Amino acid sequence: MLRINCPFCGLRDHHEFTYGGDATVERPALSERSMEAWYQYVFVRTNPAGWMQEYWQHTGGCRAWLVVERNTRTHEIGATHLARDRITEVDRG
Amino acid sequence: MAEQFMRLPHGGRVDRDNPRRFRFDGDEFQGLAGDTLASALLANGVHLTGRSFKLHRPRGIVSAGVEEPNALLTLRSHSRTEPNIPATMAELCDGLQAKSQNRWPRLAFDALAINDLASRFLPAGFYYKTFMGPTRGAWMYYEPWIRRAAGLGKPTHTADPDRYEREHAFCDVLVVGCGAAGLAAALAAARAGRRVFVLEQHAVAGGQLLSEPADSNAEQWRRACLDELTAQPNVTLLLRTTAFGLYDGGVVGAVERVSDHLPVPPADTPRQRTWNLHAERIVLATGATERPLLFGNNDRPGIMLAEAARRYLNHFAVLPGRRIVVQTNNDSAYAAAAELAAAGANVHVADTRANLDDTVIQPAAAAGATIAPASRIDSAQGYLRVEGVTLHGPDGRHKRRCDLVCVAGGWSPNVHLAAQRGERPTYRCDLGAFVPAGLPDDIATAGAVAGTLATADAVAEGWRVGGEAAGTDAGEAIAAPTTAAAPGYLAANNTDVGEPRPQQGKVFVDWQNDVSVKDVELAWREGYRSVEHLKRYTTLGMGTDQGRTSNINALKLMASLRGQDIPTTGTTTFRPPFTPVALGALAGRRAGPHFRAQRCTPMYDLHCERDAAFVTAGAWLRPWYYRTHGHDVDTASIHEMRAVRENVGMVDASTLGKIDVQGPDAAAFLDRVYVNGWRKLPVGRCRYGAMLRDDGFVLDDGTTSRLGENHYFMTTTTGEAAVVMSWLEYLLETAWPELRVHVTSVTDQWAAIAVAGPNSKRVLEAALSGVDLDDGELPPMGVRDDVCGDGLPVRLLRVSFSGERAYEVYTPAGYGDALWRRIEAAGADFGITAYGLEALGGLRIEKGHPIASEIDGRTTLEDIGLGAMDRGHKRFVGDVLRHRPALAAADRRRLVGLKPIDPRQPLRAGGLVFPNSARVEGHGIGHITSVTWSVELQTHVALALVEGGREREGDIVDAVSPVHDERLQVEIVSPVFIDPEGSRLHA
Repeated sequence: MLRINCPFCGLRDHHEFTYGGDATVERPALSERSMEAWYQYVFVRTNPAGWMQEYWQHTGGCRAWLVVERNTRTHEIGATHLARDRITEVDRG
Repeated sequence: MAEQFMRLPHGGRVDRDNPRRFRFDGDEFQGLAGDTLASALLANGVHLTGRSFKLHRPRGIVSAGVEEPNALLTLRSHSRTEPNIPATMAELCDGLQAKSQNRWPRLAFDALAINDLASRFLPAGFYYKTFMGPTRGAWMYYEPWIRRAAGLGKPTHTADPDRYEREHAFCDVLVVGCGAAGLAAALAAARAGRRVFVLEQHAVAGGQLLSEPADSNAEQWRRACLDELTAQPNVTLLLRTTAFGLYDGGVVGAVERVSDHLPVPPADTPRQRTWNLHAERIVLATGATERPLLFGNNDRPGIMLAEAARRYLNHFAVLPGRRIVVQTNNDSAYAAAAELAAAGANVHVADTRANLDDTVIQPAAAAGATIAPASRIDSAQGYLRVEGVTLHGPDGRHKRRCDLVCVAGGWSPNVHLAAQRGERPTYRCDLGAFVPAGLPDDIATAGAVAGTLATADAVAEGWRVGGEAAGTDAGEAIAAPTTAAAPGYLAANNTDVGEPRPQQGKVFVDWQNDVSVKDVELAWREGYRSVEHLKRYTTLGMGTDQGRTSNINALKLMASLRGQDIPTTGTTTFRPPFTPVALGALAGRRAGPHFRAQRCTPMYDLHCERDAAFVTAGAWLRPWYYRTHGHDVDTASIHEMRAVRENVGMVDASTLGKIDVQGPDAAAFLDRVYVNGWRKLPVGRCRYGAMLRDDGFVLDDGTTSRLGENHYFMTTTTGEAAVVMSWLEYLLETAWPELRVHVTSVTDQWAAIAVAGPNSKRVLEAALSGVDLDDGELPPMGVRDDVCGDGLPVRLLRVSFSGERAYEVYTPAGYGDALWRRIEAAGADFGITAYGLEALGGLRIEKGHPIASEIDGRTTLEDIGLGAMDRGHKRFVGDVLRHRPALAAADRRRLVGLKPIDPRQPLRAGGLVFPNSARVEGHGIGHITSVTWSVELQTHVALALVEGGREREGDIVDAVSPVHDERLQVEIVSPVFIDPEGSRLHA
């Protein structure tokens, strides 16, 4: 019964969205050959109690991939960003 | 006996002009409009309504609400049969049929009542003790008998003829509960102009106010409040609506019993409606429930809660008994005592307290009730109905005859909703009750649930909380009504629940689950001391009533056994639903064919006209086979396969996922997502491609065409289309935002027909006038967009799934119907045959093409024979982890073909492969993924994943289906059964 504030579509029911995993893990570059790096990326996750960043796709709406802050203790939804914007910011940083 | 002989001549809120006939266990009775089944039965002097769950003891009506543990009936008949409905919540409609439960052959004489005499063999934890360890096998023998003996009502096995709905709504303030506090809160929010929803689970709003006489000041106040609320356009009052769950984000789930009070739902009206209410602020005014007291045989019919007796008297104008003993440990019972006495009953009050407040007891005494301080019931007499009690007071023991015992053990706030999100209620010693605690800012409580039981205080609290929820200061509260009810919370730390003397008969704590004081003591002796263990070991607090009348008494017992206080003992966890919810109400319209979306291709109607049998493929309905080709799937599909191999066939391929990929970096993007390369693919050609997941397993495969320098047309499998689309979007938006590529799903924009077989070219030449199909123009793996002479646009791909010369013809979806008719008409001269999914599957198995059965998320490129696609000269998704050592192990299961030694022996998809003559043990050395009859080879064939793969070609192994008790010898062969060199593509 969560509602997610999609930057394009506004506050929408979470049934319109599809969960896409932990958004804090950093994807290795395609040129990365280290099996350990890919193993860490694909299989190893922390399980934080509290705020975490998650990927969600607005599959039933604009189809944008979002980074959504969610509190795993309270199910509270915090800030939401377009995944594309966030990566651009990281690149700039 | 006269009908409704316990109905009073005046009073109540029932409609005396509208009699209602109903049947209970076959006997006909009369009640009134406005009655519940319980009040109508009581009006006819019927208390006995059922037999208990385990011991089959006779039981009667205990309450007047959702807390009812005993009077569970099966309502209606045939396909509308519904078991376990509390008689206290079932509104009386004309012709209603009700049956008692868990009795045989009849309610007054129940053969299994012998369980009661044998109850020492059925103690707490009986199942666990009897059927664990060496005696476990006995469970198999006794289970049917135990299940028959212990039970509630039985559901019907026929389909429910009624309709259910789901509805979403949004509001500023949601008020749950429409008693004095809820009414005040709703009014305060409504006057502030907020959008307000008010939920009331009963048919009449008013809560505890309904226990006040119908000519009282409280009744005038109730009516005035309701009149004002219902006149407001910003207020929605939902009656017969139970809030069953409080969820995250201010969401309340509620079920509205729209038509349950009618014999049959009217046309176009659902039987029930589930509401998903999204509220900015929530006010819980859920009230409190009275508790019973513990004494011997305290479960006899005719023993009911004092507040319930008062409700039956004042709301339904029913006198539930003429000679009444009231047992109380607090002040709240005296209003009932006074009013029952005033209505003509002989009333004797036994109060456990020695010192009584004159102002509290005076009205009862004035009405003629006798009052005995420091007096308690030891036990009750009677079997099918209480006949008397043994009272124990300062002057010793004596018996007193009676036909009704009212018990008043204090009040428990209905904290369920408030506690469902995990906030445990806290115990307030000054009230002797648990109250909600730790609620977030957007949820507030008002009235009895918050421990505010006095009506005037509850109104003031409701007004204040409602104003706060509306975001305004509501100012001075509306005037509160005067009520006869006295606050019924116990004095500080009064944990007096009675002094049960087991030798005086069984003392029940939980009536619905037949849990007695002895069972609680046994659980304690055996070490089950936490309340959660107590609940699971004894089943106390389970069932349809969820221990509403029993939990606190059990807690108090356990606390005293452990020598602890109640807060230390704690409560069990509160979970939704608050009261049982029918599965149909939760499903709403999502039943039968509406269970989930069904997708139909643009040619769906054509397939129906041609008598196709359909099969579900993913979300799609696809033709499985055409009944005109044979009476069953085998006959028809063999006919259809033969047509493709020998002549020409056509199949609807519109379900393929289609993704348009455009942009300057499109080729680079495809190079990254596919194993094989795309930069060098010329415009006008297509290529088979496979893609992996990050973990190195195969994700999907399909044909992708290059339509222009920066324009590709990707197809995916039917089942994975949505997954692949999201995956491509994910990669572009999270991993490689620098790539200038746009992907668009065009699955629904294109219809597709595959035309396959030696005569396919001739048919298409006849069908698509003006389109050049010359092999030079359209060689194998060629692609062209073209337009027929009359303007029909087509996209042609020369690709083959069957191994025969074949074409995929795409056209904008709106032309799909026209294209099918055109090919069909042109093909008639050649004897073209439409084929379905079964034949399509058979044809691809003969060619060894893997589909979802083989690409099952656990297979690698090498496993399905595609290892050569990775030439090692570029990087792509999954190319690192696909080289994990274990994935290259020699015993990986890899794709092979299987042929039975006896060609007529069918193989079983899902069957296991074992070495020849080996013991069938464990998982074998492989499993069969796809099977078909090969029209061409005249033998059954199969694809399988077998350890060692094609290294084993020529080996004889056993195909085993343990569930069919089958074992047959098969030879391991190449998965490509026919035309391995691919010469037919050019035929």
